[in-house]
Amino acid sequence: MDSIAIELRGIDKSFGPVHANKNINLKVRKGTIHGVIGENGAGKSTLMSILYGFYQADSGEIHVDGRQVTIRDPNAAIAAGIGMVHQHFMLVENFTVLENIMLGAEESQILNKGIAKARDELKRLEREYALEVNPDAVIEELPVGLQQRVEILKALYRRADILILDEPTGVLTPAEADHLFRVLEQLKSQGKTIILITHKLREIMAITDEVSVMRRGEMVATRTTAETSVEELAELMVGRRVLLRVEKGEAKPADVKLSVNGLTVKDSRGVTMVDNVSFNLRAGEIVGIAGVAGNGQSELLEAISGIRRAVSGEVHLNGKAIDVTGHVDPRELRDRGLAHVPEDRHHVGLVLKFEECENAILGYHHDKRYLNGVFLNVDAIRKDAEQRIAEYDIRPPNARLKTANFSGGNQQKIVLAREMERGPDVLIIGQPTRGVDVGAIEFIHKRIIEMRDQGKAVLLVSVELDEIRALSDRILVMFAGRVVGERDPDATEGELGLLMAGVEGRKEAAE
Amino acid sequence: MSNPYAKLPGWVEYGLVPLVNLAVAFLVAGLVVLLVGENPLEAAYHLINGAFGRGEYIGFTLYYATTFIFTGLAVAVAFHAGLFNIGGEGQAYVGGIGVALACLWLDQTMPWFVVFPLAIIGSALFGAAWAFLPGWLQAKRGSHIVITTIMFNFIASSLMVYLLTRVLKPLGSMSPQTRTFAEGGQLPKLDWLLGIFGLDIGTAPFNVSFLLALVAAFGVWLLIWRTKLGYEMRTMGHSPSAARYAGMSESRITVITMMISGALAGMMALNPIMGEQGRMQLDFVQGAGFVGIAVALMGRSHPAGIIPAAVLFGVLYQGGAEISFEMPSISRDMIVIIQGLVILFAGALENMFRPAITRLFSTSSRRAAVVAQTKGA
Ligand SMILES: Nc1ncnc2c1ncn2[C@@H]1O[C@H](COP(=O)(O)OP(=O)(O)OP(=O)(O)O)[C@@H](O)[C@H]1O
Ligand SMILES: [Mg+2]
Repeated sequence: MDSIAIELRGIDKSFGPVHANKNINLKVRKGTIHGVIGENGAGKSTLMSILYGFYQADSGEIHVDGRQVTIRDPNAAIAAGIGMVHQHFMLVENFTVLENIMLGAEESQILNKGIAKARDELKRLEREYALEVNPDAVIEELPVGLQQRVEILKALYRRADILILDEPTGVLTPAEADHLFRVLEQLKSQGKTIILITHKLREIMAITDEVSVMRRGEMVATRTTAETSVEELAELMVGRRVLLRVEKGEAKPADVKLSVNGLTVKDSRGVTMVDNVSFNLRAGEIVGIAGVAGNGQSELLEAISGIRRAVSGEVHLNGKAIDVTGHVDPRELRDRGLAHVPEDRHHVGLVLKFEECENAILGYHHDKRYLNGVFLNVDAIRKDAEQRIAEYDIRPPNARLKTANFSGGNQQKIVLAREMERGPDVLIIGQPTRGVDVGAIEFIHKRIIEMRDQGKAVLLVSVELDEIRALSDRILVMFAGRVVGERDPDATEGELGLLMAGVEGRKEAAE
Repeated sequence: MSNPYAKLPGWVEYGLVPLVNLAVAFLVAGLVVLLVGENPLEAAYHLINGAFGRGEYIGFTLYYATTFIFTGLAVAVAFHAGLFNIGGEGQAYVGGIGVALACLWLDQTMPWFVVFPLAIIGSALFGAAWAFLPGWLQAKRGSHIVITTIMFNFIASSLMVYLLTRVLKPLGSMSPQTRTFAEGGQLPKLDWLLGIFGLDIGTAPFNVSFLLALVAAFGVWLLIWRTKLGYEMRTMGHSPSAARYAGMSESRITVITMMISGALAGMMALNPIMGEQGRMQLDFVQGAGFVGIAVALMGRSHPAGIIPAAVLFGVLYQGGAEISFEMPSISRDMIVIIQGLVILFAGALENMFRPAITRLFSTSSRRAAVVAQTKGA
């Protein structure tokens, strides 16, 4: 039927000078999957945080099932039947699944009774929605896909009828994402209402019934998914036509800039993560490393950039060896022309509590132009940051804003600007567009190709196969720590997919 | 994004919230006073009067504050690099050796303004040396700094007993202390500073090391927010993985930070040794190293917060002494309870009233927004 599960009327919210939500109206029909898309910083997470009681709207009304409600905090949201799975999970890492699910919903002071009941209830939910997970597993030992499942179970356990998911697939492997969508379909068929925020228009087309588009704090359109297209949505989001696949010319590979020989890396528990990997990277080419997350790509990048020590192997940068098995100073590598955009921008690439301009010099703070003797040249740092902000269209354009207050895509631009700006010989990039909107993806992809055309060597790691295929001149596929194959960018998705799953690879390696 | 507290205006964040916390601490302290059958208003009167009632009292309050500024800064510097230096007590104690050596050496031949700079360097060096070892152990051996600095407090205490009973004590004296310094080993009082306000300093030992403390506070601000080293310290304090990525050496920063922290703690020794007693006695630190932790917490590790927090604790020390003097049933321990309550509410329970205040503010600013809208229409 056409009943409305959630209606937002005239929601308005500002953070100081930033007007994050402007007079937003939104209707979500019961029993549907409703997509919300928009550029980075458009205000999607803010709107959902208001609905979930994390923030208070400055003005406006929230109606749930036709009744107006005041949602002062997340408890009130839960009471109104709203559950949320956040962009960054909110689980207690060293608790078990069951303990996490019960947390805050223990029901009585004596845990034993509650535990037995919770266990039964959890079993029922698992059966009903095909959400298997071992209730006694400790969270930190679970892969992200399963952690997310726990977040969903947590919401269902609290009897949520309306489920908000903020960029749920950003961290998932394709297989995990597929499973998630099957779960969402299942939930929908049980009459639950789902709001899905994502940057991946393909997902929107595949699973949603309706989709709403936000731009710069405003709700600009709502479409029935079946009657729209990826192109139209992209244009609505950005306000202009977007190239979903950036043009690029022939590569002109020249000298070898980075050569990796028999590199082997183990993690802290002694498990081999990178197994005897060798390849060359030339000036003027982009080499993409494809693979399902967790097959050693992260460790490979860390070893090359000097953050993690390798067990054996050799790496040469510009013909000179890097002591990857001994002590490497990342600063020295930067001086020698290697720049690194790390995969984890929140913990590695940025200090979220710093002002934007402070992050803009991270790793380059030895540079003479930022220093007066031992003192920081604050004026030069800010001026430089402002210039970078203008060039990379970082929003809001405020070099003194705390980095945590930028949206995900803009945070990524801060890192990219910092690492690309100085024209390094070799650029290694992990997940350049994770959580980044289509407009910014176009921008970032263009920049990466520009770097290549200027004769720089680019090593790209991404779990997005589309991205690897769009950018790379050569594709290496990693599986279980080894390079199991090399392909041209026009290799079919199916072929690469099989390699990534380790199916083809074993045959090839055996030959 | 996960921060459930909206951002508050500066004056609320740094003014109202601490004041509310402080008010509650005093309310609860008042209840405790009631419990022992005394009049809390009378106690409050003695506290305020004892701290500010006369020029002399103010002099004492500021004398204590000077000590706490040094130890508060010491803790704050380490905090910024993510290190919890609990060893201020021991570092200040050992710092005293540097002061005593400079004074014993030159007090009879040189004026104070020659001895003072040497004593500053001496106290800083000895304090830094005492903090170097825990820093080095953490950097190279992974021994946790909280544990090692506590142990070093005990070692410092034994070491000083040994030195003051065997080495630095003049022959034939019965008390564990150095000889009394000649004029060159005693700092001039800041009677003229209080004189500007028409106050008479009386016997209060308020001395030039207060000015040094202010300079140190400014120096710490410069160090943390305006130098490359400070930038590296803050990076490490917020995110060790980002520091590694940026090529900062964790062990180098740990050792240097601890030495700076120890030097600041060591400089505290100038105030009681050269500024008050004119000799080094057993136990001259008297817990100031630990008070520094509370001061740094309350002052949010920012010099501009540490100075008022140190003055507050100066008030509690000086006014508290007055309470126990005037109201005998309130013992010295009672004063410690009150100080503990302040630490509890201003430090540990800092966020207790924040949600309520935040709510108050978001509703009032919403109303203001509505008013502005209707006006605009
Ligand atoms: N706590 C905050 N303080 C100040 N500004 C904020 C805060 N949270 C968000 N903003 C700003 O509000 C705007 C909207 O941010 P929001 O996180 O809602 O964007 P988003 O659409 O979710 O973006 P993304 O797709 O990158 O996650 C941005 O300009 C952001 O910088
Ligand atoms: Mg978001």
